[in-house]
Amino acid sequence: MDAKKGLLLLYQMLLIRRFEEKAAELYTKAKIRGFLHLYIGEEATAVGIMQALTDNDTVLSTYREHGHALARGIDPDVIMAEMYGKIEGCSRGRGGSMHLFDASKNFHGNNSVLSGNLSIAVGMALASKKQKKNNIICCFFSEDDITKCEFQEAQNLAALWKVPVLFVCENNLYAKGNAVRYSHTVVELEKKGIASSAVDGMNLIKVMQAANAAVEKIKSTGKPCLLICNTYRFRAYSMFDVELYRAKKKVEEWKRRDPIPQFEQFLLQQQWITESEIVGFESKIKTKIQKALDFAEESAREPLEQLTKFVYTEI
Amino acid sequence: MKSNMATQSITYREALNQGLREALQNDKRVFLMGEDVGRYGGAFAVSKGLLQEFGEERIMDVPLLEAGFVGAGIGAAMAGMKPIIEIMTVNFSLFAMDQIVNNAATLQHMSGGQLNVPLIIRMGSGIGRQLGAQHSHSWEPFYAHIPGLIVLSVGTHEDARSMLYAALQSPDPVLLFEYTMLLNLEKEIATDLPIASIAKAKVLREGKDISIITYGTGVYKSLEAAAELATVGIDAEVIDLRVLRPLDEATFLASIAKTHRVLIVEDAWRSVSISSEVSARIMENGFYNLNTPVQRLCGIEVPIPYPAHLEEAAIPQKNDIISAVKKMLYRN
Repeated sequence: MDAKKGLLLLYQMLLIRRFEEKAAELYTKAKIRGFLHLYIGEEATAVGIMQALTDNDTVLSTYREHGHALARGIDPDVIMAEMYGKIEGCSRGRGGSMHLFDASKNFHGNNSVLSGNLSIAVGMALASKKQKKNNIICCFFSEDDITKCEFQEAQNLAALWKVPVLFVCENNLYAKGNAVRYSHTVVELEKKGIASSAVDGMNLIKVMQAANAAVEKIKSTGKPCLLICNTYRFRAYSMFDVELYRAKKKVEEWKRRDPIPQFEQFLLQQQWITESEIVGFESKIKTKIQKALDFAEESAREPLEQLTKFVYTEI
Repeated sequence: MKSNMATQSITYREALNQGLREALQNDKRVFLMGEDVGRYGGAFAVSKGLLQEFGEERIMDVPLLEAGFVGAGIGAAMAGMKPIIEIMTVNFSLFAMDQIVNNAATLQHMSGGQLNVPLIIRMGSGIGRQLGAQHSHSWEPFYAHIPGLIVLSVGTHEDARSMLYAALQSPDPVLLFEYTMLLNLEKEIATDLPIASIAKAKVLREGKDISIITYGTGVYKSLEAAAELATVGIDAEVIDLRVLRPLDEATFLASIAKTHRVLIVEDAWRSVSISSEVSARIMENGFYNLNTPVQRLCGIEVPIPYPAHLEEAAIPQKNDIISAVKKMLYRN
């Protein structure tokens, strides 16, 4: 890593954080509706993984996906417009917060209710192998998928077929309200023997190292890897969650490991950035998010006559 | 014309096999994936010989995990391949229902038209052979309910031979219901069939007295019933729906405008079935052409029982069709 890359990564993490804070605010103003799952606290994972991928790789995400989409380089304008359900949204407004797609960026968002993405990723990797594309399919999922048979099926197929999938488990310790300790025999899921490696998901540098190593391994062997990123969501499961299952104190403890100040400290120590430059970043991001908001506000709604479009391909 | 047309005598199984071979020969992106499709030659021997001819890359045996390999098929389809997924029987498709309903059927829409899932899913289907309640399902109505899917019923040897090719031209996911009860049945079909439609129903027998609308294993039963009815002077038209979603309303409405009577025949349970839908469409758009109320012969609403006589009684048989038609025409 050098200064230039360090600054870019900090910028991406800050953009995700501020974008989502704005999204939460807009939700309370009823501008955004449906489910809204915030990624705040987990930014190092998205940014650390995404920097290891190339444009030719494909990303499949989860319902907590704004961070993944932003880190993949999708324009905040079209993500915001999507959450507004507007025609200029990245899925033309048909998907909403949980279904962000951008085919031009090989970003396949969240294809599924839960766990279905795992085998879809394996199938995409199988296609890559057949087509000799030499790319990687990166599939994010969460620790609650691991209890499901779909997880087992996808792991088995990926290993059996020796296909290039990077499975990234974001273990944020809670399914919805149920803590990992109530659904698994161990809290440290890496002890289950499912993972190629596990990493502190609150630490960007460690995530980067693990992601780079995993990508290199997949490229050289063609075989799948599973990386566990141990992380924590600072916000509720979704906007409908009153968080009765965890103490505020616990959340505060985790906030002391916030990935953004951690990484800022690193950059300051390296003298790659100054305090005032960080303030400058914040103001640049504020402007960018305001622009996204204006874009979403101004974007048109899909005309009603188009309701049944995109159900079948028009030939 | 007819005398010039070369024909072949062929079982339904061989017709399916020929269709698969042709698909694999025509397009390098096509591959077949399913349980026992390779080394075993298919649970019903439909893919026999294909592994030897096309190799393991294109005839892929998979472990028992329907959600997993259907999901993988969706992924491969989105990534530029043309997978043909065989789910051994429709009964096991329930494990893959989330993938089919939530992913295959929705991705184009949820992505605002950016993605396509040109996936084929073939499933052995039908009731018979005393397999009991969990292996005797008619899930056509389930899947025909879902926008985004194309649902085809392979009720004849012609379609067994030629429908797959047409389905492979579709940019959208296609479910093919194949009927295991027909596998050994031999019929004479044209060697060179025209490209099948996956949009139209087909009038298989023209008649003026009544329209029998059916699909799947109801097709040959209805044709046999119509032949017998002809001997007592009843001229029945038989329509094979073929495409259960989207329904080809025009073909059966035109038939009813001619015959003014309609009997719908299917194996699926009566409530919320294909026949309910066809009946409703007739009510909406063909009511004034009817001389008598629409009648239906459907599966009896019971988990399909094991004993042969109960199983047989649970779905419409040729004689049931004959009786129902006679009753409607007051010819008891």
